[in-house]
Amino acid sequence: MAREVAIVSFAQTPSIYGVTETESQLLFPVIAEAIERSGIPRKEIGFTCSGSADYLAGASFAFVGNLEATGAWPPISESHVEMDGAWALYEAWVRLQHGDVDTALVFSSGISSRGDMREVLCLQNDPYYLMPLWADHVSLAALQARALLDTGKVTEADLAEVAARSRRAATGNSMAQVAGDVTAEAMSAEPYVVAPLRAGDCPPVSDGAAAMVLVAGDRARDVCERPAWIRGIDHRIEPHYPGVRDLTTSRSTRLAAEHVGVGDAPVEVAELSATFSHEELILRDALGLADDVEVNPSGGALAANPLMVTGLIRIGEAFRQIHDHGRTRTLGHATSGPCLQQNLVCVLEGDR
Amino acid sequence: MAERCAVVGVGQTHHAKVRDDVSLAGLLREAGQRALDDAEMTWSDIDAVVIGTAPDPFEGVMMPELYLADALGAAGKPIMRVHTAGSVGGSTAIVAAHLVESGVRRRVLTLAFEKQSEGDTTWALGGGRSGGVGAGGYFAPHIRAYIARSNAPEYVGWMVAVKDRKNALKNPYAHLKVPDIDLEMVRDSPMVWDPVRRLESCPASDGACAMVLTDEAGGDAASKPPAWVHGTAVRSELGQFPGRDPVSPRGGQDCAADVYRQAGITNPLEEVDVVECYVPFSWYEPMWMENLGFVPPGDGWKLTEEGATEIGGKLPVNPSGGVLSSNPIGASGMLRFAEAAMQVRGTAGEHQVADVRTAVGHAYGGAAQYFAMWVLRDTKP
Repeated sequence: MAREVAIVSFAQTPSIYGVTETESQLLFPVIAEAIERSGIPRKEIGFTCSGSADYLAGASFAFVGNLEATGAWPPISESHVEMDGAWALYEAWVRLQHGDVDTALVFSSGISSRGDMREVLCLQNDPYYLMPLWADHVSLAALQARALLDTGKVTEADLAEVAARSRRAATGNSMAQVAGDVTAEAMSAEPYVVAPLRAGDCPPVSDGAAAMVLVAGDRARDVCERPAWIRGIDHRIEPHYPGVRDLTTSRSTRLAAEHVGVGDAPVEVAELSATFSHEELILRDALGLADDVEVNPSGGALAANPLMVTGLIRIGEAFRQIHDHGRTRTLGHATSGPCLQQNLVCVLEGDR
Repeated sequence: MAERCAVVGVGQTHHAKVRDDVSLAGLLREAGQRALDDAEMTWSDIDAVVIGTAPDPFEGVMMPELYLADALGAAGKPIMRVHTAGSVGGSTAIVAAHLVESGVRRRVLTLAFEKQSEGDTTWALGGGRSGGVGAGGYFAPHIRAYIARSNAPEYVGWMVAVKDRKNALKNPYAHLKVPDIDLEMVRDSPMVWDPVRRLESCPASDGACAMVLTDEAGGDAASKPPAWVHGTAVRSELGQFPGRDPVSPRGGQDCAADVYRQAGITNPLEEVDVVECYVPFSWYEPMWMENLGFVPPGDGWKLTEEGATEIGGKLPVNPSGGVLSSNPIGASGMLRFAEAAMQVRGTAGEHQVADVRTAVGHAYGGAAQYFAMWVLRDTKP
């Protein structure tokens, strides 16, 4: 039986293109805000875990500088994953299961605007056989979208609908980067970036940072009016080569969803790291979400995609749905790698 | 509360300057297969995989768990990638241990690696900028400060180098082997970063290390003796600010105190039988012996001088030959943790220390600001 752990606070920067600050400068106010909102004194944080990527910063050991934003003195119990912050949340949740530590700070940061992501993300591919082809992530996503369209279950109009709905939803999210009262028809009229993906089917290049505080047990209710309890969190990966996977489904998402019991009770809101429009359709199916589930009311990753932070923001948005909007069961999802290779699913619940 | 955790399998590669006989995946498979063989398990017995390596620019592969998922049998399973600078091998093992101790997973394969020959490590150590001084250049002033502070004789550093290089001759997996090593040879080797001479420095290695960690039932069922985890601790501190002591960082002191407390150790010098400690430059042996509380400040070098840190001494340090003999950076910390497990399990072969009941594994990284430690015993906590 897992120990009860809740998210009690969340803070993020607006997602924008071309920040002038460093990652640690982005993190200073965000971490301070998450800690202040949590009601937990900074010195009482028992464990800290973060996510970031050296290749986004363009320097090895880039995460070391981010320690500054935690105020790591006296020395802190701390870890770092070279992954989206959602996996830092996972490591912190595991750490809180031990029982000797009751509070954790989770944060992540990423500045994508200083590199060409279509070059940089090629370095995620098998270095011997796939990387030299410079198969960039947009092209690989387009292969996946084409495979999905070829099943006949989905049309380009469906993709445009996702693209338009995301931008419209983002008009209510001051942290989003791309928002507007656009129609699916307008999205369908945009040129292809890599067919069948049009500009509206692709995410913006975003910079940003986010932080959250976790508290175990009853103390979460003491410090937070409506904490979001982590009912389940799991992640799975699939083979690396797109050619050996069925790209029209997400087996790893399905496995993670089964493990955390997504289908055990109705989900009201799902925040999905669908960085391309077709991914939302694949994920929705893999998660087994009912038709009435509201997906990405924040605008999702199509409205703001700060790499390494996108997944943590999804879980932060799922937290807000419970904490700010009184929902009782929400879901956050994170992904990593080309064509949804690795996926994390987190189910949150509010007290009934 | 917390589930018990046992190390039931250990594997490592033959470490070398260039392992161009294998790919990155092949290197990890070599270590992983040996750990699974040792545990009498197969890849399909594993519930989750945790990997660690130093910065991605060392090999030029971004988030390598994505590419390595197939080779590590991780498809359909959870895999995580930890990165905490030079301490990463240790902190990766600790994340794996936490997955078991939390009750979340039952059998975890953890691996750490570096294939330095596929990139330019000194360039990457400098943050990708030219003109970097490398790790030795960074740490040499700290070593000079230690010598000035403790009045240690110059030959203590040479003694550490001789001891570790002699130990490496007993370790079939060690990279650097200098058969006729003696004090004169170390003394006469070129000065690289004053006061660190060439033979007092670690090599650049390709290599990997792996361990299989299980819950209590797995430890009970293991046919070979397991090593039981009695404590794990990590500490991080800011790299530079006025008043910080980089020679004996508080993070290391706190990390040691925390892990000893968990293991019920009150007098580490008397209660610990062997230490595998992250010593990339010879002088870090006496420096860490003080920092980790084995002896009072200023006395670390006396342990070395007395021969206490040799195999057969009062507190053998790095019977494997340590980082001075093999340094696949991302794996170097896990090798310390794994060698500690081998000592407890009695599987260290020629470099086995007699009658080991309690062993300490230690790793550090960054500007001597990241620390990871664990305590293992042959009995359950």
